[in-house]
Amino acid sequence: MKRLLKRPGVQTFVASIICILLGLLIGYIVLLFINPQGAWQSIMDVIRNFFTWSRPQQQLKQFGNTLAKTIPLIMCSLSILFSYKVGLFNIGTAGQYVAGACASLYAALAWGWGWLPCMLFAIVAASLLGAIVGFLKAYCNVNEVISGIMLNWISLYTANTILSNVKETASPYTLYLNKENPAALLPNVGLDTLFNKNTYVTIAVPLALIIAVLVSIVLNKTRFGYELRATGLNKNASRYAGMAENRNIILTLVISGALAGLGASMLYQTGYMRWECTQSSVPAMGFNGIAAAFLGGLSPIGAIFSSFFIQHITDGGQYVNTNFYSSQISDVISSVIIYLCGFVLFIKLTMNRMLSRSEEKKGGKK
Amino acid sequence: MESPYASEMLNITKRFPGIIANDNITLQLRKGEIHALLGENGAGKSTLMSVLFGLYQAEEGIIKKDGVEVKIKDPNDANALGIGMVHQHFKLVECFTVLDNIIMGVEPVGPLGFLRKKEAREKVLALSKKYGLEVDPDAKIEDITVGMQQRTEILKMLYRDNEILIFDEPTAVLTPQEIVELMQIMRNLAAEGKSILFISHKLAEIMAVADRCTVLRKGKYIGTVNTKDTTMEELSAMMVGRNVNFHVAKKPAQPGEAILEVQHMTVASKTHSNNAVKDVSFTVRRGEIVCIAGIDGNGQSELVYGLTGLEPLTSGKIILEGKDITKASIRKRSTSGMSHIPEDRHKHGLVLDYSLEYNIILQTYFESRFTDRMGFLRRKSIRSYSDKLIDQYDVRSGQGSITSARAMSGGNQQKAIIARELDKQPELLVAVQPTRGLDVGAIEYIHKQLVAQRDAGKGVLLISLELDEVMDVPDRILVMYEGEIVGELDPKKTTQEELGLYMAGAKRDEVRA
Repeated sequence: MKRLLKRPGVQTFVASIICILLGLLIGYIVLLFINPQGAWQSIMDVIRNFFTWSRPQQQLKQFGNTLAKTIPLIMCSLSILFSYKVGLFNIGTAGQYVAGACASLYAALAWGWGWLPCMLFAIVAASLLGAIVGFLKAYCNVNEVISGIMLNWISLYTANTILSNVKETASPYTLYLNKENPAALLPNVGLDTLFNKNTYVTIAVPLALIIAVLVSIVLNKTRFGYELRATGLNKNASRYAGMAENRNIILTLVISGALAGLGASMLYQTGYMRWECTQSSVPAMGFNGIAAAFLGGLSPIGAIFSSFFIQHITDGGQYVNTNFYSSQISDVISSVIIYLCGFVLFIKLTMNRMLSRSEEKKGGKK
Repeated sequence: MESPYASEMLNITKRFPGIIANDNITLQLRKGEIHALLGENGAGKSTLMSVLFGLYQAEEGIIKKDGVEVKIKDPNDANALGIGMVHQHFKLVECFTVLDNIIMGVEPVGPLGFLRKKEAREKVLALSKKYGLEVDPDAKIEDITVGMQQRTEILKMLYRDNEILIFDEPTAVLTPQEIVELMQIMRNLAAEGKSILFISHKLAEIMAVADRCTVLRKGKYIGTVNTKDTTMEELSAMMVGRNVNFHVAKKPAQPGEAILEVQHMTVASKTHSNNAVKDVSFTVRRGEIVCIAGIDGNGQSELVYGLTGLEPLTSGKIILEGKDITKASIRKRSTSGMSHIPEDRHKHGLVLDYSLEYNIILQTYFESRFTDRMGFLRRKSIRSYSDKLIDQYDVRSGQGSITSARAMSGGNQQKAIIARELDKQPELLVAVQPTRGLDVGAIEYIHKQLVAQRDAGKGVLLISLELDEVMDVPDRILVMYEGEIVGELDPKKTTQEELGLYMAGAKRDEVRA
C-alpha cells in the first residue's frame, strides 16, 4: 500500500480524487447555507449532469454536448501544461483561444473557407499570439504572465471588432455557421449517430485525444521534450549544456498557443457556440484550462479526464433546482469545485510529507 | 580540571529506510572547545549534526544541553537552546541584502512594527569588525562571492548569540588566507566560551585548530582523540580504514603543442563597473595541467564564463586547437573538444530532478547515438551508456541509472559530472574547483583522473582555491589577482608562502603573454 502510494502517478490520482471530493463537499456546504431544503438534490444533480434526464436518448444527446465542450478544454489544459513543463505560466492561453476563435469564425463566415483551412488559420493566429509572448520573454525578459494578461484583453476586443463584421444585424452574435457556410463545420465522421444524432460531436473528439497522446510523447520521448523539461527544471544547467534557451522559450509558447487556437476552432466550428461580439470578458475556457491541467496532475493523459470532469460539473450546474436557488448558483458551485481542483500539487506535497514521516517512524521500530 | 560539557549526544541511533546513518554514536562537546567531526562523505556527520540541529529526530539516544536532557524537535528549538549552524549549502535569500539575511527571523522592530535596521546594522558591523568578517551589509547575496556568503552565514550565528556553533565544512569554499582568518575567528570564539563543532575532512585544518576530534566511519563511531596526541596519518587511517596518499603521484609533464590560447581576454563584470577579467593572456598545451590560482572573486569565475561562452568577451580572442572560437556558441565549444566541470554542480552541473542517466547525457543527448532521426530519444542506448559510465567511474547511487540526481551524495554527483565530461573525450578539460566539498577518497580519485587526462595528451585547465590542490596537481600555476594574471609559478620551485603573496597582491611579475 505504502509503496503504491509512493508512485507519482498514483499520488496524482489520489490527490485529484481528494480535491474533487473536497470541492463537492464545500459546494454542498454552500448550498446548505443558502437553502438547506434542496441542497442534497441539487448537488446530486450537478454530479449527475446529463443523467438527470430520464430518457437514455436524451442522456446521450446531452452527453454529446458535454463532450463537445470538453474538447476545447482539453486543448487549453494541454496548452497550459506544455508551457508549464518549461517553467512558463502561459496565462495567455485564454487570449490565444480567443484569437483562434476569431480567426476560424472570420475565415468561415467572411471568406467561406472550408473546415480544414479555417482550423489551420486558427492555429496560425493563436501561435502568432504565443510567439509575441515568447519574443517578449526571450529577448526583453518581460514576464509571460504580464504580457499574457495584456494580450488577453487586446485579443478579446480585437476579436469583438473583427467579428462584428460577420454578426447578425439583430443580435450581438455571429451568423449561424450551418446556414452561412456548412462546409466550415467539422465533419462528423459518423460520430453523431453514436450520440443520438448530436451533430456537435465531430472529428474534434478523436483528434483531441490523439493530440493529447502526441503531446505526451513529445514531452517524454523526444529530444525536444528532453530539452524543454531540462530548461524548466534548471535553466542554468540547460544553458551550460548548450541548449538554445531563447529558441525553446519562443517555440514552447508558439506550440502552447497553437494548442489553444486549435481548441477554439474545435468548439466554434461545431456550430455549438456563436461568438458574442459585445462580450466584455475573456471566455473562461483558457482559465479553466489551468484548473484542468493541475487536476490532471500536469499529465497530458490526465488532462483528458480532468477536462471531462470539469466540463461535466460545469454543465451539471444548469440542473440545479432554480426553485430553491437563483440561476447563478450553478456558476458558484462549479467554480468552487474548479477552484479546489487547483490544489492537487498542494495535496500531493502534504501526502508526501505524511508518507516520509510515517516512514521515519517505521524505521525506528525495525 | 576538564571543563563541563556544553552539549552531549549519547548513543544516538538514526535509521533511514535501508541504511543506518548513525549507529550508537556518542559525541560530547566541552565548553569552550573546538571539536572536530571527521569522516568521509556518507559517514553520518551531517546526519548527526542534523539531529543536534533538530532537522531529524533520532530513534535512540538522548541529547543533553549543560547536563540537562533536552528534546530538539526542529531548528527553532535548537536556536532557543543557543545552537547555530552554518550549512554546507548556504541558506540565504539570494535577492536580500547581507544585513536582511542576518536579521531574518530575529528582526529588531519598534513598537509600531517598523524595522530598526540601524540598530541591527551597528551590531552586525561591530561583530564583523570584532571577528574580521568583512562583508558589505548592503550588498545583495546574489552579487557577492561564495566566500562572502559564508561570512554572512557565520555572522548570522554570531548575531543570534549562539553558544554552540556548528560549522559544516566551512573551509571548503575559502581561500588559504581566509582559512587562516577563519581559524583565528574560531579560536577567538572558543576563548570566549563558545563551543564549536567543526565538520571537516581536511586533516591539516583539524590538526591546526581543533582540541579534540571524533571520527565516524560508515555510520559508526570510531573514536575520539586529542589532536595533540595524534598524527594526520593516524586520523586518516581512522577515517577511511586504510592509509591514504596525500600526494598526487605523477610523472613529469611532457607538454606538446598549444591546445588553448587566450589572447588579451577582457570580460565585463556583472557586479561592478570595472572589468572582472582584464587583458588576460595565457596558453594551455597538450599534456600539461595549468592551474589558475587566486582568492575567490578575483575574476576566475568570469574567466571561465568567457572561456565556455556563458558571457561574451569585451575584447580578446580564444583559440582552441588552432580555431578561433571567440564568438562560438556554448554548444559549438563543447562539440569542438572543450569539456567543463562547473564550479557549482547544483546550479550549473546537473538537472537535479532528472534521473542520473538523463544527467549523464546532458552534454551529448543530441548526438545520433542518443537521438534518432525523428528526434526521439533512444532510451535503450541511453540506459546502456549510462550503466557503462556508472560502472566505469564507480558512481554510486540507490537505484543506478534511474536514481534522481537529487538523491545522490555530493561526491557521487561530482563523479557523475566527471564521467560525463571525461567520456566526451575532450581535448581540453576546464575543471573549476572539481574537489569542492568532497572527502579525501573522492579528491584522490578526481586528481588521478586529471593527471590521467594530462598523460593522455589532453590539456587541463584547473581553477582552484585550495592551496594543497594548487601546489600538488598542476604543472604550472598562474596566479590571478583583481582580474589580472600577476605571476606564473612552477609548483616544484615555489612555496605556499610565496604563492600566498601573489594571491594577496603583495607581489607581481611582469605579465607575460
